[in-house]
Formats: sequence, C-alpha cells, structure tokens
Amino acid sequence: MQDSISNKVILSVSGLRKNFGTTEAVRGISFTISYGEMFGMVGPDGAGKTTTLKAVCGLLTPSEGQINLFGGKVIRSGKSTQRRIGYLSQRFSLYGDLSVDENLDFFARIHGRKDYKKDRTSLLEMTRLADFTTRPAEKLSGGMKQKLALACSLIHKPEILILDEPTTGVDPVSRRDFWMILSQLRQEGLTIIMSTPYLDEAERCDRVALFNKGTILKLDNPVRMKETCGFRVFEISTPVIREADDLIRSKFPFAPQLYGDRLHIIVEPGSKIPEQILHLLTENGIIVLSSGYITPSLENIFIKSTESEHAG
Amino acid sequence: MIRTILAIIVKEFQQFKRDPKMFGIILIAPVVQLIFLGYAATLDLKFIRLAIFDQDNSRQSRELVKELEAGEIFIVEKYLSSYSELEENMQSGRILVSVVIPDDYEKKLLRRETANLQLIVNGSDGNAASIATGYLSKFLSMYSQKYTIHLFEESGMRPPPIGTIIAEPRVWFNPLLVTRVYMVPSIVGLLLSIITLILTALAIVKEKEIGTYEQIIVTPIKPYQLILGKLIPFIILAYAAALIGLAAMWIVFGIPVKGSFSFLLISSFFYILSTLGLGLFVSTISKTQQQAMMIAIFAVLLPMVYLSGFAFPLDNAPLFVQIVSYFIPLTYFFVVIRGVILQGNGFIELWDEALIMLLMGVLILLASAIRFRKKLD
Repeated sequence: MQDSISNKVILSVSGLRKNFGTTEAVRGISFTISYGEMFGMVGPDGAGKTTTLKAVCGLLTPSEGQINLFGGKVIRSGKSTQRRIGYLSQRFSLYGDLSVDENLDFFARIHGRKDYKKDRTSLLEMTRLADFTTRPAEKLSGGMKQKLALACSLIHKPEILILDEPTTGVDPVSRRDFWMILSQLRQEGLTIIMSTPYLDEAERCDRVALFNKGTILKLDNPVRMKETCGFRVFEISTPVIREADDLIRSKFPFAPQLYGDRLHIIVEPGSKIPEQILHLLTENGIIVLSSGYITPSLENIFIKSTESEHAG
Repeated sequence: MIRTILAIIVKEFQQFKRDPKMFGIILIAPVVQLIFLGYAATLDLKFIRLAIFDQDNSRQSRELVKELEAGEIFIVEKYLSSYSELEENMQSGRILVSVVIPDDYEKKLLRRETANLQLIVNGSDGNAASIATGYLSKFLSMYSQKYTIHLFEESGMRPPPIGTIIAEPRVWFNPLLVTRVYMVPSIVGLLLSIITLILTALAIVKEKEIGTYEQIIVTPIKPYQLILGKLIPFIILAYAAALIGLAAMWIVFGIPVKGSFSFLLISSFFYILSTLGLGLFVSTISKTQQQAMMIAIFAVLLPMVYLSGFAFPLDNAPLFVQIVSYFIPLTYFFVVIRGVILQGNGFIELWDEALIMLLMGVLILLASAIRFRKKLD
C-alpha cells in the first residue's frame, strides 16, 4: 500500500489553532499528508479531530496557523479547491425525504457534474445500494445511510476524501463493508483523511496521528509507532482481575491497563517489574492463567502517551 | 451557475412533494385563514345589547324604550330595577350600554325642559363602546327632533321654517363602510409576508439542524447560488398562495381587484424581496427551527404588523410610531394592495410606494446575503 503514496504533499497544516470563545479546541498542530495516503486521526471526544477536519474543508476559519490544500491556502480557496474535496460529516447529513438516486443526483449537480450517470451506477454497485435507488434515505439502515453518504461525497470524483468518524454507530458488518470500500478507493489512489474513535481502524491507515486535548501526541505509521514506542507490554491473564489490579496498585507506583480478564503492564525494556508482579500475585494466592510480553497496541501507546503528558 | 441553482430548486420542490402537510400549510391554510380572518376581522357592530333602567316608568319613558326596540340595531336584553342590578349586568359583560331614564323624565318633557338620560357604557372594548355611543347619540338626536315636531303638531302649530345643514356622504371604494372590504386585501398581504418570511427562515435553519447545510457548503456552490436556490421556490409558492388568496377574496367576499393586476404582481415581488431578506437574516442568527420561528414571529412579524397600519390607523399614532412605520415595507405594501384592489389604482398613483419597497427589499436582501456565509463559525 505504501508504494502508491507519492512524495508530493496534498495537504499541509502548520501551527493550526482554533478557539471557540475561551475554549482552545486545537492548539497549534502541524502535519502534512501526501497524495494517495490514508491518514488517520485517533483520539477521544473533544480531542480536536473534527475541528481540524472542518478547518481543512474550509468550514471553520483557523484562529491561527495555515492550511494548504493542493498547494493553495484553504481560507482563500474557491470553487476549484472545493470541487476536489469529498467530505463526509460526523452525523448522517443527507436528505432523508429524498431517495438514494435523488440524493446522488443533487450532490452531483451542485458539484457541477453533467455526465455522472455512469459513475452513479458504479458507486451504487460499489456500495451495494443498486437495489435501493428509489428508497428514501431515511428508510435505509444505519450502515446503508453511511454508504450512501460516502457515495454522495464521491460522486464528483474528488482527489481527497475527508471522513469524520464515518463508522461511528454503524453495525460491525456494515463497518467491514465500509472498510472494504475504503480499501478499494485507497488502492485506486484516492487520498483519504479520516478521524475515528476506533484504534483498530486507525491501524489500517498509512499514518496515524494520536490526538488529545487539541494536540497531536504522536504521528507515525502504526507499525513503526509500535516498534519505536520505547516500552514493552507485559500481559497477565487472571480470573480475579479486580483483586490483582488492586494489589498491583497498592504495591507499585503505576496502574495496569485492564482488558477483560487481562492486565497490561507497560514497562521499560529489560525491567524486572514483570517478575516482581508475578511473584507478588502468586504470593497472595492470585491465580495467573498466562503471562508474557505482547506487541504494544495503538491503545497502549495512546494511554501511555496521555499518561506521560499528565506526568509532564 | 444556473444548473446549480436549478439543482437546489428541483431538490426543494422534490421535498415539498414528499411533504403533503407542508404543501397544505403553504397553499390551503392561507385560503382557510383568509376566509376565517375575513369574517372575524371586522369592526362593524350589528347588534348593540342594551339594559334599560326606567326609573320614571311613565308613558313618555315607555314610548322611548318602544322606539329603541323598534329598530334592528338595539336589542334590549334586560329591564333593570336598581343600580346594583345595573352594576351586576355591566360587570358580567352581557350588556354593552345601560340606558338610565331618570324619575323626572316625563315631568321635565311636559314642562318643556331638557330631560337628561344617562348612558353607562362598557368601555373595556373601546371600539365597540365608541360605535355604540355614536349610534345611541344619533338615535336620541333624531328621537328628540321627532318629539319636537310632535309637540308643534299637538299644539296645532307648524314648526318654524329654519335652515339646516345636512351632510350627504357618498363613500367611495367601500360604500357600505364594511370593515371586511378594508381588511381582506390586507390579509392577503399579511399571508404573503408570513409565507415568505417564516418559511425562508425555517427552510435554511432546517438544513443547519439536520446537518445538510454542512454538507452543502463544502461543495463549490457559491453563497448567492445557495440563496437564490432556496428563495426562488418560496417566491413561486408565495405567488401561488397570493393568487389563490385573491381568487378566494373575489369568490368568497366579492372583492375583485379593481386596479392594475400586473402592477399588483410586480409590486408584490418588490415587497417580498424584503420579507425574503428578513427570513434569510433570521436564518443567519438562528441555530434551531424553534429559535427561527420565535424570532421571525415575535421580533419581526408582529412588530411589522402592529406598526404598519394593518390593525390601527397610523394617522392617530404618536409621532415616533409614525416615523418607525416609514421604515417598515409592509406599511407601503398595505397602501399598494388597498390602493390597487379597492381604489382601482396602478403604477401612476402608487409608483412611489413600489419604488420604496424595491429599494428596501434590495437593501434588506443584500444586507442579509452579506451576513449569510459559507462557514460554520
């Protein structure tokens, strides 16, 4: 996938800051995206992902900083730039009382497209909506609605697709379908920038920016991010997770991360802490089903980064 | 450019078509309202409910009451026997006027002295009270004249030939002075204002509320294309509603358009430029449809109606109200609509009002369009 990414920059964000009254939604972030790249933005609600995407689309005016898209400033961009952007907002925002076909027709026409019928057919096939063309959008399932919204944002053949949490609230099957479409678009060379609260989705991106409180904590390729995170994750599986967690917290100056019946302990490479913890648990009669080092996940990295930020 | 505007217009009509309730509200409700308001919005007083407190109970007083009852205007609802009963009836609101005949009424008449009658009027409805007082004064003056002639005849004399001044009014444009004739054309104007102002504001805010506005403003569409695409359907619907209203006015109330119909249509367009502009302005400052509705009705429509001469004549209003009324486009539109429909006027008589409306409309629409931005902040 990496091969199709060009070195040419399609989007460059520099020192972006956005305030809403006294609230700082985005605090001076910078990043660039290359043509053909799939760029993910991950972080909790209120981290600044949506604000950043809206500023990139030209929906919000930055308080400070500069955004260059296709080599020109977004703030001054006109028709020509907007014609090259496909945008899918966080919530379903199509006309519920219009049919699938009518929604597609409308968005094609306001983008000034005349010969769009062929593209409409292929988009309907790609999104598996071809059998529902006359159905009002409000009567579609959540997943189908998102696929229709995606089709509407692609009908004018954009060069960059901006997706704001496109799969939030969508069922797992539709989510999988949605990602298959995104993978296909990615292979066709479309640049995709998306925000998501799901770390498993972020792992599929070429590069990921971890957002928190309006700043970017880390930005890299997900694999490289895991390799260079500078820590190891020791996983312990136990049927008495709460007792184990309480015991570790009482004896060590850190808190384990809890995942179902497993505890994740982030340690420095070569640290003796895992052995000490295992000893502590067995000494106190806590059964350990399995234990060992695992590859850090993006979630581990995100949590570790936010902890470091707090500590810093 | 035109294709983009057309795309929005087509979309708006597709949405109208899918929403029959909305279609009914826009095209049928105005006619229903026109008919109801046409019958309700009248200042004419057909019956005046009277109570008689005859303290004299003489032949002369009974004669007076008999005369009052003989006509079609006064209805004697009660014969009272005390002031407390009078007070009770006035308080209940059942009686508009109580006529108190003093106990020396006949005595004074026989002595050729002036007999005073007391009229106690319920002033809580000032308009009805003043009309009733006028009717009663006129009746008593005629009754007094008749009585004087009767006295002359009784004594075998002829009344002295004296010159009198008699006014012979000829009322033009509304010969029977029926309030409805004056009000109904204004109601058509009012409906035009409601449709263009409120629906424009709601239509744009609805897009913001459901999120489609965000989706549209990312497209290459220009603000003026979006504004025109949103406003043109409402201009078409407003004309449709106005034409239906004018037809209903003619068929139901027998009020035809006497003047230039084409001038009425053109000046209506000049007028709705300002209401569309105000609707657009409301949409720029509202985040929800509820907010837009409240602002459109309470901050724009009601002051416009009160201060434009729809309900109260502006000539009697304080100077500052009159000054404010000059800045309200509806003031001029009422002059035009009444002038064309009732007085048979057209461009020659009303060009200045039309010009003022055009200027106001362009200014309001431009100012609102400047405020209307393709941004979320």
